[in-house]
Amino acid sequence: MSQTIIQFSKVVKAFGSQVVLDHVDLSIESGRTTVIAGPSGQGKSVTMKLILALLRPDSGQIFVAGQDISRMRGKALNAIRTKFGVLFQGSALLDSLTVFANVALPLEERTRLSRAEIRERVFSTLGQLGLSGHEDKYPAQLSGGMRKRVGLARALMLRPEIMLFDEPTTGLDPEKSMEIYQLFLETQQKFGYTSIIVSHDIPKIFNLADQVILVNKGRFNTFASPEEIQQSELPEIKSFVQSTMGDIYLSREME
Amino acid sequence: MIRYLEKTGKNTIWLLEDLGRMGVFLAFALGGIFKRPFRFSAMVRQVRLIGANSFWVIFFIAGFTGMVLGLQGYYTLRKFGSEGALGSAVSLSLIRELGPVLTALMVTGRAGSAMCAEIGIMRNTEQLDALECMAIDPFRYLITPKFLATIISVPILTLFFNVVGIFGGYLAGCGLLGVNPGAYWTGMEQSVVNQDINMGIIKSFVFALLIVWVCTGRGYFVHVIRGAGFGAEGVSRVTTQAVVLSSIAVLIWDYLLTALLL
Repeated sequence: MSQTIIQFSKVVKAFGSQVVLDHVDLSIESGRTTVIAGPSGQGKSVTMKLILALLRPDSGQIFVAGQDISRMRGKALNAIRTKFGVLFQGSALLDSLTVFANVALPLEERTRLSRAEIRERVFSTLGQLGLSGHEDKYPAQLSGGMRKRVGLARALMLRPEIMLFDEPTTGLDPEKSMEIYQLFLETQQKFGYTSIIVSHDIPKIFNLADQVILVNKGRFNTFASPEEIQQSELPEIKSFVQSTMGDIYLSREME
Repeated sequence: MIRYLEKTGKNTIWLLEDLGRMGVFLAFALGGIFKRPFRFSAMVRQVRLIGANSFWVIFFIAGFTGMVLGLQGYYTLRKFGSEGALGSAVSLSLIRELGPVLTALMVTGRAGSAMCAEIGIMRNTEQLDALECMAIDPFRYLITPKFLATIISVPILTLFFNVVGIFGGYLAGCGLLGVNPGAYWTGMEQSVVNQDINMGIIKSFVFALLIVWVCTGRGYFVHVIRGAGFGAEGVSRVTTQAVVLSSIAVLIWDYLLTALLL
């Protein structure tokens, strides 16, 4: 029986008069894959930023590994953040640093490893993600797919327990998207992290998700399988399914 | 009437929020000095960008400012038959006022705008969020080295500006207009006292802090500044705003410090 690693309890988040999350509860179990999907502007990114404590809830509590992070600051928050690896939508690589320096950054700043050890770990991870020979390039010299892979390499450097993927395949063609999802699966099997994928679309990895959360008008609807979503009678879910999912079994064949 | 009151109230709240944000930002940036590990190499790199790379700009501006002062001073002083006081007029104007102010304005335009745009782009492309998610303090990593580098560079550039400016005045006054070189240097030596030099240095420290605070702060908060807009346009607007605000702040504080220190 897996443990709950992230839990939202009656979380409310509003920006001015616009309530983005309205008393939501959420539970994510460790070692599993959760997809948070839904139309744009409904609170997916806010949910991700709340999990990372980049935003704070107006009320309610957010637990990560049993600790309430909703008001946490300083060293305690840093200790929690080292559990996370994040792949941002635009990869968020530091554009003034080379690929090597970007991937080495968390090790240089957060560990006491020697230069030689850092070099070895960075080269090994870059090799595993098919980035050998690109160490001295700058992010602007890489393709979108390569930038994602560098972002993934950087996120994996501190061996995170939880990986968050924000719109991981936005801007990539279907072939590259599949390649990225394949990479997720491989790295998840290898490192055993809890995976949270945030997407405005139903991703192709959908059938491999253990849990799907559809965000709609400040509320979360949790589903255990894609079939369950297709059979949902809620009008908003129906409309979202029709506009984005199409034939779900096609995606299974693609995998 | 009610609409007018509403608008004034809203603007006041925004202003207070903005001031509060910038105050907290300053506290975190200065607090970063005491956080370890200290990023010495990043600070040195910033000193090169902000300070050393401004060498030629400051050299030309200081040289021509000094020459203009020499020319203008000569024709004004000649009316009173006191051309011999040109050295003290040029040096005092430069050391007390023009050196610190013009250097600060130059650094604002050259390095301040670059700092603001760099941090603004990093905010927009989630690079600052990425640093936080890696548990790397963006202040210690990014902002504090810029603060220290500016506070180190601006006073040194100001002193350099003064020296070049005084030689510029000499070139125009003595080289072109025939003022006695002995009178030029003696006049300067006799009229400039330690208090003048201290005033210039204090001013340059304060200006440096204002420039780096406003410019990095505006870039850091590009996503929450009202009316800034988003993306590239947001960064460009905030950069313009940072340069205008720093320049105004420098001139206001110049007056206040002159009034205080005279």
